[in-house]
Amino acid sequence: MRALEPWVVQPLETFLAESAARLTLLMTSSGQVVAQHGFSRSLDVMTAAALGAGIVASTDELARLMGGARFEALVHHGQRQSCMLAVFGTPRGRWIGLVVFGPETSVGIVRLFFDQMVQQLAAAAPREQPAAPMLAENFETELDASLKALFGR
Amino acid sequence: MTATQTALDRVTRVPGVRGALVVAAADGLVVAEQLMDGVDGQAAAALTGSLVGRLARTAESAGLRPPAFVHLRGDSGSVLAAPGPDDLVLVAVVGPDANLGLARLEMIEAAGRLA
Repeated sequence: MRALEPWVVQPLETFLAESAARLTLLMTSSGQVVAQHGFSRSLDVMTAAALGAGIVASTDELARLMGGARFEALVHHGQRQSCMLAVFGTPRGRWIGLVVFGPETSVGIVRLFFDQMVQQLAAAAPREQPAAPMLAENFETELDASLKALFGR
Repeated sequence: MTATQTALDRVTRVPGVRGALVVAAADGLVVAEQLMDGVDGQAAAALTGSLVGRLARTAESAGLRPPAFVHLRGDSGSVLAAPGPDDLVLVAVVGPDANLGLARLEMIEAAGRLA
């Protein structure tokens, strides 16, 4: 498990231990990865983050068209593994969680411990202001640093 | 009244029962519930669904039939579960003073009629 911010580590580790999730990705609503577990290649994690953020944006628009509130979670049930995409608020803004799990656990268990992780993240988040928006000229440097932190290389 | 509501009514009428749920065992999600305040239905459904599924697999691995009734006893009460048809499980959360014998009889009978 790798995280860009140290206060994310404990809640995420607890979630992983309790839920038996295979893959987990925490990202901002714009698709910037905050923490990951189970991914071995940076290309995979960046692709999953972009797709997850895109799906959330699509469902937000779908909810708007239907005249309702935003969807909280989307679960895709598969034969061998399933995927949950959930949106939640943190003191650092709106984040997205993408969780892939197998038949060794259940969507009820994953959802239960995900909700607990969200509460723990809200309690653990530092109260100071988040960093200023990233500028185009240092985007590549920041991206390289994030990938090193997430994959340890 | 549906079979699910009938089952929940029968179980919650037993003295000491604080709530009852019908749970989809594979998903650990609530199908229907009648709970007193303070009983977390989502947690009960997720954890009991997982427990019953694991117990069934354990029994199968040991060459036994799956359990017809599960009683998980704690300091301040018990969780009871009776697997029914279609991968549904009837779950009851009971206090320490509950009539467990009557609850067991009602749950096994009601679980058999779920569908």
